[in-house]
Amino acid sequence: MSLVFAGVCSHGPGITARSDWADPQKNQRLDAAYDRMRQALVASQPDALVVIAAEHFANFFMNNMPSFAVGMAEYYEGPVENPDWLKIPHRRIPGHRELSRQLIENIMQDVDVSYCEEWKFDHGIMVPLHRLTPDYDIPVIPVNINCQSPPMAPLHRAYALGQAIRRASDRVDARIAVVGTGGISHWPCTPDSGKINEPWDREFLDRWCRNDREALISYTDEETYRDAGQGGFEIRTYVAVAGLAEHSQGEIWCYEPIPEFSCGCTIGVLKLPG
Amino acid sequence: MSLYHVQKAIYEVNRSPSAVAQYKTDPAAFCASYDLTPQERAAFVKPDVGMLYVLGVNGQLLMHFAAANGYEWNAYIDAMLQGIVMHGPVREGLYAMTGATT
Repeated sequence: MSLVFAGVCSHGPGITARSDWADPQKNQRLDAAYDRMRQALVASQPDALVVIAAEHFANFFMNNMPSFAVGMAEYYEGPVENPDWLKIPHRRIPGHRELSRQLIENIMQDVDVSYCEEWKFDHGIMVPLHRLTPDYDIPVIPVNINCQSPPMAPLHRAYALGQAIRRASDRVDARIAVVGTGGISHWPCTPDSGKINEPWDREFLDRWCRNDREALISYTDEETYRDAGQGGFEIRTYVAVAGLAEHSQGEIWCYEPIPEFSCGCTIGVLKLPG
Repeated sequence: MSLYHVQKAIYEVNRSPSAVAQYKTDPAAFCASYDLTPQERAAFVKPDVGMLYVLGVNGQLLMHFAAANGYEWNAYIDAMLQGIVMHGPVREGLYAMTGATT
């Protein structure tokens, strides 16, 4: 089978934790876009949802930090944060151990990844799942890219990871949906929280929609840190999704800069050949 | 330099409700085995979110730690600001503030 859906979305904890703080009209447009993405995801009839995330020290620490990691468990749990703070109840999330193993073995033909038989989901995965699979009825296979702690895999390796996930998806007998999740420019967890570089975001999303590999991987980490903040390192998840379908263009269904959510809230999909 | 160790202690607190409970019951005992400076130990035990921010604790670790300690969002942001006012700019790491404090 193959890749049946590919998209990107934001995961800022404010989206659920402080949903009533945002401009109601902006929040409504964001909600509508999440709902549109949820419907498109369901319509693709996936056997599993691969979430390419940028976790925040819920599982991996600097004593043993993988550049790339893939879950290989029957189930996961989350959120690791206080559920009352995130406003998402703690629960078990179904995985798909056998399909994970098949994907990992195939990904490893091209890119080295760590595998994880245990994984606590933080807001980086729980917020997207809460909006996209609110009944948690699609098995999830988490993928992590280290976007927190240098040295981090360079952008061309994130693109290669996406290509490897695509090739692996083509080789397994399952319908695979993929959602990458991260911020574009943002300065979370600092007093600058709420700062957004909208022109930088729009330029990045234009490159993403054109799936222009060379333009996407041309950012240095120094430039990203300067122009898009430490949160900007999470563009690796978007770059990986672009690598999934290198000849497909993208479409942005939502871009709403919402300072209360600390990011330009984004929903985008790749137009896969039908 | 033991920033790594104070971050490791926070990482462990953040990962489970039982670790949060152990930390709240006896924070000094929780961090006894970590290689911390007196300043780091005092900030971790209190907890002093502003001081931890200035020391360079990763922002994501600190956000979850503040939430586990009952900080409402605005109080958490204000604690980081007050940390800068009292102790100066962030000393290490990626989460330095870019704007002014006033």
